[in-house]
Amino acid sequence: MVKITFDGIEVEVEEGTTILQAARKIGGNVVPPAMCFYTPLKGSGGKCRVCLVKVAQGSAKDPRPMPKLVASCITQVQDGMVVENTTNEDVLNARKGIVEMLLINHPLDCPVCDQAGECDLQNLSYEHGVSATRYEEERRTFNKVDLGPYIQLHMTRCILCYRCVYTADQISENRVHGVLGRGDAAEIGTYIENVIDNEFSGNVIDVCPVGALTDKTWRFKNRVWFTKPMDAHRDCPTCSGKVTLWTRGEEVLRVTARKDQYAEVEEFICNTCRFDKKEVKDWTIEGPRHIDRGSVISANHYELPVVNVPIVPNLPVSTKKNLPQE
Amino acid sequence: MGIKILTEHINVPGIETLEVYRKHGGYKSVEKALKTMSPDEVVEEVKTSGLRGRGGAGFPTGMKWSFLAKPEGVPRYLVCNADESEPGTFKDRWFMEKNPHALVEGMITSSYALGANTSYIYIRGELLFVLRILEKAIAEAYAAGLLGKNILGSGYDLDLHVAPGGGAYICGEETALLESLEGKRGNPRNKPPFPAVKGLYASPTVVNNVETIASVPWIVNNTGAEYAKVGIGRSTGTKLISASGNINNPGVFEIELGVPVEEFIYSDQYCGGVWKGKQLKAVVPGGSSVPILPANLILKTAAGEDRLMTYESLSDGGFVSGSMLGSGAFIVFDEDQCIVRNTWNYARFYHHESCGQCSPCREGTGWMEKVLHRIEYGHGHQQDIDLLVSVAKQIEGNTICPLGDAAAWPVASAVRHFRDEFEWHIKHPKEATAPGAVYRGQLAEITA
Repeated sequence: MVKITFDGIEVEVEEGTTILQAARKIGGNVVPPAMCFYTPLKGSGGKCRVCLVKVAQGSAKDPRPMPKLVASCITQVQDGMVVENTTNEDVLNARKGIVEMLLINHPLDCPVCDQAGECDLQNLSYEHGVSATRYEEERRTFNKVDLGPYIQLHMTRCILCYRCVYTADQISENRVHGVLGRGDAAEIGTYIENVIDNEFSGNVIDVCPVGALTDKTWRFKNRVWFTKPMDAHRDCPTCSGKVTLWTRGEEVLRVTARKDQYAEVEEFICNTCRFDKKEVKDWTIEGPRHIDRGSVISANHYELPVVNVPIVPNLPVSTKKNLPQE
Repeated sequence: MGIKILTEHINVPGIETLEVYRKHGGYKSVEKALKTMSPDEVVEEVKTSGLRGRGGAGFPTGMKWSFLAKPEGVPRYLVCNADESEPGTFKDRWFMEKNPHALVEGMITSSYALGANTSYIYIRGELLFVLRILEKAIAEAYAAGLLGKNILGSGYDLDLHVAPGGGAYICGEETALLESLEGKRGNPRNKPPFPAVKGLYASPTVVNNVETIASVPWIVNNTGAEYAKVGIGRSTGTKLISASGNINNPGVFEIELGVPVEEFIYSDQYCGGVWKGKQLKAVVPGGSSVPILPANLILKTAAGEDRLMTYESLSDGGFVSGSMLGSGAFIVFDEDQCIVRNTWNYARFYHHESCGQCSPCREGTGWMEKVLHRIEYGHGHQQDIDLLVSVAKQIEGNTICPLGDAAAWPVASAVRHFRDEFEWHIKHPKEATAPGAVYRGQLAEITA
């Protein structure tokens, strides 16, 4: 066991834990956001850079601070490490900068996006972004790619977290999609048009932090906040059969895996459960699902922002958020 | 002209053949190292020599070698980084083309020192003709028993392969290079683990530049102490400089580290002065990724001392008034060159070459390019200059690999030293976009 101090809070964790996991052990507002890191997926993380933190003291043995901000999702803790996240202004400014970068080419089509309401990028920009943009160029767009009857790809919304690539690599047998191209022209695609078709392919929808991969059987049917999440299960021969149903009245509009408060799935589910079982009678309902943090449907989460330090000086007053202070 | 370590025989006709190369003392270091020295002794010699990585970062090679993990039963690899693709750098291409056996010899001696039985030369995809030259040299070395099983009867085995890249600048970053060599997409890896612990095929690996490896034979032949006598202070030995831009005599020069910058630009042995006797405006001393310096700051440091061609002297003053030796691509700009256009050109390069893995670099490089394009073509706004600085700052230090820094530094330094020129472009778009228009308002100040 090693002891680290995170934002002034001491926490004891096992050796080999990452800083992010240690922070999640503390929980609450000190946890750095994560857009690309996904606990169930090996090798994920380090790409989006929103989880950057300052290591003010490397370890008890070597107390020198680390020269650059480090990605907390892939940096392992050392005994006596002192980490600053919400208490360090450099970290918050760097994070604001990165949120801005993630948004400059994002279409911001939330009003018509199925992910709206449970989107990690929405949450992130609400908590750490600024409400004005300095980007006046044309946003990047992509040609449409067809991934088959179940999964809809909106490449313009993608933030290239690579989660869907790792998912296809690790829980299904054949990966047919990947990242093509380079730089800001990089895109998720199948190179030669190909259908993502295997029993667990639907999970790429669950791991997608934004609305780039959405469920075609749920598209445009309803808004997330009008539906009721219910825990349910069924005897499934291929997966655990433990799911969350999103219902409205008697209608099952969508089936997803059960996600924890960091929007990470507890158990991956198969395509039969996800796309074919859309009747209440297919399921044994356990009760309402408690949703917190990563979603606007969690109660009153957005009353108090975590921090709101402006990085763009001299913004017109109208663009600043007027939120009650704690 | 000083001592020649790398280029002594480079102009001998037929030096690319084994026969002529051996006549001029080639492969002596292989014999000496394999027959009379232990691998650790070779590493010690390189350590005493003070040789520093010639690829850009300038990390001491001997120290890098001694960091190599040596677990039992796991192979170790030496990889030569010949993916030279930074704008302005052409020394490795020239060197390998002229004298391929020097690199092969260096690879054998260095691999022996590191205990590697398989080594790779990762060469830039565009340099296909150099790849053929190298393969021919390697075939000759195999035939002469200098590569393969039981080299020169010493019991040491080495296989040397040349692997071409697909033509991506990012694959010059060492971990992206290793990914590409493994046959994957050339994305840089998260560090740690460092290649010295987990590199190629998850085995301990050393990645060195062509010039670094080619310097090893001389060190083995003449001892590290001899090598350390060349150069000044911690910048020992000689360096190949690819000089380009508005100079009378562009090309690759081998200089003893410590030559004053002024001498390097104006001496007939080297660049031969600025083209057509024009005034010197600015210099990028180490390849497109290092900060640009105006004439007054490249010739003298902020403290008024002469600037020398060494790692320390060029970086004197940090990023406020200094730059870096980098990979030694010395690009000279005369009074008729537009800094805004040049900065835009660099930004365009980094935009094109960003791998797209981490967000600040993927989005920020494109953003900077678009803003600079706007300024250059007369559509800039006053706040764009601060925007550029701010975007550069948001990228710098927040990325997985140094490409983000490399994209941010030239932009940030150009704005720092040539702010007037940017402002002139924005305030006078008509004059600035006229053919051949160059801002001269700052010239008197920077050439003073």
